[in-house]
Amino acid sequence: MIEEKDVEHIAMLADIGITKEELPGFTGQFNEILDYFDILDQVEGTGSFEHERANVFREDEIEPSLPQDDVLANTRDAEDGFFRAPRVM
Amino acid sequence: MPAVTFSPDDRYNAFITTLDQAETGPGRLSGIAVAVKDNISTRGIRTTCASRILDGYIPPYDAHVVTLLRQEGAAIVGKTNMDEFGMGTTTENSAYGPTLNPSDPSRVPGGSSGGSAAAVASGMVRMALGTDTGGSIRCPASFCGIVGLKPTYGRVSRYGLIAYANSLEQIGPMAQNVEDVSLLMEVLSTHDPRDSTSISCPYRHTPDPTVTGLKIGVPEEFFGEGVDPRVAAVVWEAISRLEGEGAEIVTCRMPSMVFALAAYYVTCTSEASSNLARFDGVRYGPPADTKRPWHESFQERRREGFGTEVRRRIMLGTFALSSGYYGKYYAKAQAARQQVRNDFVRLFRTVDVIAGPTMPTVAFRLGEKTDPLSMYLSDILTVPANLAGVPAISVPCGTSEGLPVGLQVMGQWFRDEKVIDVAAAYEQGVSA
Repeated sequence: MIEEKDVEHIAMLADIGITKEELPGFTGQFNEILDYFDILDQVEGTGSFEHERANVFREDEIEPSLPQDDVLANTRDAEDGFFRAPRVM
Repeated sequence: MPAVTFSPDDRYNAFITTLDQAETGPGRLSGIAVAVKDNISTRGIRTTCASRILDGYIPPYDAHVVTLLRQEGAAIVGKTNMDEFGMGTTTENSAYGPTLNPSDPSRVPGGSSGGSAAAVASGMVRMALGTDTGGSIRCPASFCGIVGLKPTYGRVSRYGLIAYANSLEQIGPMAQNVEDVSLLMEVLSTHDPRDSTSISCPYRHTPDPTVTGLKIGVPEEFFGEGVDPRVAAVVWEAISRLEGEGAEIVTCRMPSMVFALAAYYVTCTSEASSNLARFDGVRYGPPADTKRPWHESFQERRREGFGTEVRRRIMLGTFALSSGYYGKYYAKAQAARQQVRNDFVRLFRTVDVIAGPTMPTVAFRLGEKTDPLSMYLSDILTVPANLAGVPAISVPCGTSEGLPVGLQVMGQWFRDEKVIDVAAAYEQGVSA
């Protein structure tokens, strides 16, 4: 069973933002879904999924890429060719 | 440059964006109106993923598949509605309102490529692109009565597809008949070095509707608990028809189906929690408040910008990957995924294709499914093909309660041609 404080912690880790009013609903749904996931306890082993692999490395050659103006076109907060982000501290 | 005029009566809310004049040119798709799901990047045409968090975003580049459409002269007439970021089975999880099913507007069209399916089914466009992470092309194809193919993983470039769950999803063709799906697949399937999972295995094929001697595996699990007996009966009838045309039916088992749905949801939510971390209001979408601290600003932006189902899946994935739970959920899901793959490998030693229903039921009523888990459970028959990476098609095979039912045909890796052939055989057998 997970509790409301666990959901609050996950929301914080995921930077998802959650209100007190939303906690009971999400908590109930997560418990129902995680109960269903418990079927995976019956799977033997923890082997990773086997992909067929091929080497896709290439020479590090410079190729044309998007112009800086195009890259910055969708932000509403560009400055001197950079994106402005919220302050970290 | 000639243009195609497009001014549809969009009574089913199939489109988020339409272009009243769409450029066309010479090529195999010359003059054909094609709709593109709104999670596929189109240069100069807004692309929303049906999410408020991408409000105002205009991609500066085309997805590889969009470049290919333009090269072949297709007229890209609009961007179709979907469940936000592809997360849903009904196209109700859209910031632009639900799409309605043209067969019965009180029903959902399926999802998440519901807008593409409704646009094709209602005749607004001849062809559309969808994307399929756990059934998102085949489910709406089944519910709306059209044909939809999820190609083999790696056969169509994902460059420019806004990622939800990279290891599972593929872009694929949707149309009213198998011939058009095959034609569109020819255009889409080329190698693209910008997608490191793209494989050079071009699809060049004319559908061959001969099934004489073909071995069709029918897993018991596809007709088991949770599958509406009326839908099962319609699909059995369709499979018997293929037997009548010379195919051999082999009943078989797929024991990994017990784990498939849980393995799918752990995997896709985990990948989503990572992929969707990029939506923070800094580079695109409604801006974050740069005056406030990082976490506070991002949490507010993401709470307002994402819908409830997207937030639910990001949180579930974050939990499944978090310290102390990784071994219980993600690692076990990958082991289960390997079992699904092993089941396909084993079955394909003795059968050529595997058939069953696409969906366990006909289209739901709008608003009928409110509980997340019961919605997830309806994906049980489509997720195995994504977990293993095999090609799978849904072709209309009759009706139940007056609503379309889809026959699903799954094939071996890189034998998309074979599932097209079997679908063509069914389609032509019915119309003969």
